[in-house]
Amino acid sequence: MQRLLLLGDEAIAQGAIDAGLSGIYAYPGTPSTEIMEYVQASKEAKAKNIRALWSANEKTAMESALGMSYAGKRAMVCMKHVGLNVAADAFVNSAITGANGGLVVVAADDPSMHSSQNEQDSRFYGRFSFIPILEPANQQEAYNMVRYAFDLSEKMRIPVMVRITTRLAHSRTGVECLEAKQQNDIHLPENLRQFVLLPSIARKQYRELLNKQPLLEEESLVSGYNNYIDGADKSTGIIACGLAYNYLIENFADHKVPFPVLRIGQYPIPVKMVNQLYESCDKILVLEDGYPIIEELLKGMLDKGKTIRGRLDGSLPRDGELTPNIVGSALGRTFEKGAAIPELVKNRPPKLCDGCSHNDAFLALNEALATYSRGRVFSDIGCYTLSALEPLESINSCVDMGASITMAIGAADAGLVPAVAAIGDSTFTHSGITGLLDAVNNQSPITVLILDNATTGMTGGQASSAYGKVEDICKGLGVDEAHIKVLKPLHKFHDENVQAIKEELEYPGVSVIIPRRECIQTLNRRMRQKAKVKSMDI
Amino acid sequence: MTKDIILAGVGGQGILSIAACIGMAALEEQLFLKQAEVHGMSQRGGAVQSHLRLSSSEIASDLIPEGHADLVISVEPMESLRYLSMLKPNGYIITSINPYINIPSYPDIEVLLKEIWSQPKYITLDADQMAKECGSVKAANMVILGAAAPFLGLKPESITKAIGMIFGSKGEDVVNMNLKAMHAGRDLALKQL
Repeated sequence: MQRLLLLGDEAIAQGAIDAGLSGIYAYPGTPSTEIMEYVQASKEAKAKNIRALWSANEKTAMESALGMSYAGKRAMVCMKHVGLNVAADAFVNSAITGANGGLVVVAADDPSMHSSQNEQDSRFYGRFSFIPILEPANQQEAYNMVRYAFDLSEKMRIPVMVRITTRLAHSRTGVECLEAKQQNDIHLPENLRQFVLLPSIARKQYRELLNKQPLLEEESLVSGYNNYIDGADKSTGIIACGLAYNYLIENFADHKVPFPVLRIGQYPIPVKMVNQLYESCDKILVLEDGYPIIEELLKGMLDKGKTIRGRLDGSLPRDGELTPNIVGSALGRTFEKGAAIPELVKNRPPKLCDGCSHNDAFLALNEALATYSRGRVFSDIGCYTLSALEPLESINSCVDMGASITMAIGAADAGLVPAVAAIGDSTFTHSGITGLLDAVNNQSPITVLILDNATTGMTGGQASSAYGKVEDICKGLGVDEAHIKVLKPLHKFHDENVQAIKEELEYPGVSVIIPRRECIQTLNRRMRQKAKVKSMDI
Repeated sequence: MTKDIILAGVGGQGILSIAACIGMAALEEQLFLKQAEVHGMSQRGGAVQSHLRLSSSEIASDLIPEGHADLVISVEPMESLRYLSMLKPNGYIITSINPYINIPSYPDIEVLLKEIWSQPKYITLDADQMAKECGSVKAANMVILGAAAPFLGLKPESITKAIGMIFGSKGEDVVNMNLKAMHAGRDLALKQL
């Protein structure tokens, strides 16, 4: 069989292509972005006519995938953990409708917040929705689990979550591929009311979902993704979830752990296996790369049983991702540490690129706001969030996708006038449009900067749903055309840009300013490709 | 055989091209390989690192344990010191001396180099200048790869082949220039040893 060198994300994508995928839906978000990118770049996926385009946001992606599942084909939807919050309405209800064609939801968590606002654990969402979760420990397992997830989804007729974390998503290794499966033919659900969640139907479907739970646990017992590995030293029994298993075995010569280990890769967790471990060991150590979910369940509110060690009792840090050293320390192992880092090594935080259009836009905004008191710029998720840091220090909030406009509305309602929102073009179409409609209906005295760099920049330059549509969307929402201004954020236009922003700050209604200049990264990439094509022509 | 390598640099400097060459060469020798990369926010001019693990037996963790790395390969001098806690006591630092200054508090380069030279084992090189002499400053990463080559436990022909495969689509001239850069780095490292 074919062996490929793949990132965890890419293994999931190739696994889906080989499992008979018909469509993939996603909005870019670190660490999930490369799944869609891989399918988009795959010649094989193109030849198989697999649908692979970015959606406006995670909710639209989730719903489109659900629609493909309704039509009987295999669909995948991918997002970062906080994207699942956006998709949550559709996601939770998709467990009640159930699936028809296999439906796999990939949630990529980011413990330690390498590129995120929080480190929420998507396994909570899976449990909350009563659906199975698969948590691969390595890239090969990620590949294999995707195929199993589609099969399980069709067998149990519910969506299945694949939960990964940053380290697996962005780590590369060799992966053996299986023989590719054919795509499903279109076939509608037998019951054409399956997806109609009227209360009377939803109640019935919900009970069916609850009734499936013992079957799902049985699946977890027999699938082979949960393993009881016995050990002679019964002083501690170890539960290791997903990636944590690698960190555990890394600490022992030849990867042989002397303690009994329950390796978890599939949820709901088989209680039988947990009980076996609990009964045969003096105490339990739980290793989870995320929130202490299993640990809390085992401990219970009263914590009257055997000692349960993990993130809650301080054996492991309460937050942040696990590492081999953290896991080793919890097992009492000591390490030869490397040398201390010399003091002269300074932090090097990320920053806006040289030549970035956002830089010119914020320099103009800063000057236009100079006559007002500080602290009135609400912003959003994207490269421009970096303008919170020195030297620009332009913005005062970054909470969730789209929150800039709506927070500005609330602050203006409270009397902070003018209030400013600064949002990127892709974030605007992701979740800013409805907020701008609120502002128009509310006649809010806010100035909205839609920083249009024609791409989704922070995640590496994916197509933006807003491309070529920003003014029309604003007009359509009812923003007065006289107060929609397009600027060219370049140093040479600085003074006139400052003047334009100043005028709109004084206007006591909704203004939209669109500083528009292509992302310097995508521009450079385009130029390189152009040069390449040209040299090929010669 | 196991080699645990930290690759260090600044987002946008292309440390992954070095990782790709080493990875390709390791595959050529049928070794196991895991390579954890940094994507996302830090790629915008922040400090970035990649954990690259090669082994003749199966590898468990994607992350190298602290104090376990055999090598720190850095394309930037200050970044070469950021991961000292990851390095074995007898591990080597292989670094370019060309600073990438995008923060106001960047240390004085003379002081910085003295700090590197006070470490037990290191190879330092003016990768930009050496790459220019080979044809293009763009090949600086291949100079650094070359300087690391004697420590990788890989056959020279595997590395040569990997460079050929990775740059092959850009034409023979580009491959040869990168090979020249790699050899220049290698020769310098062997001299400093």
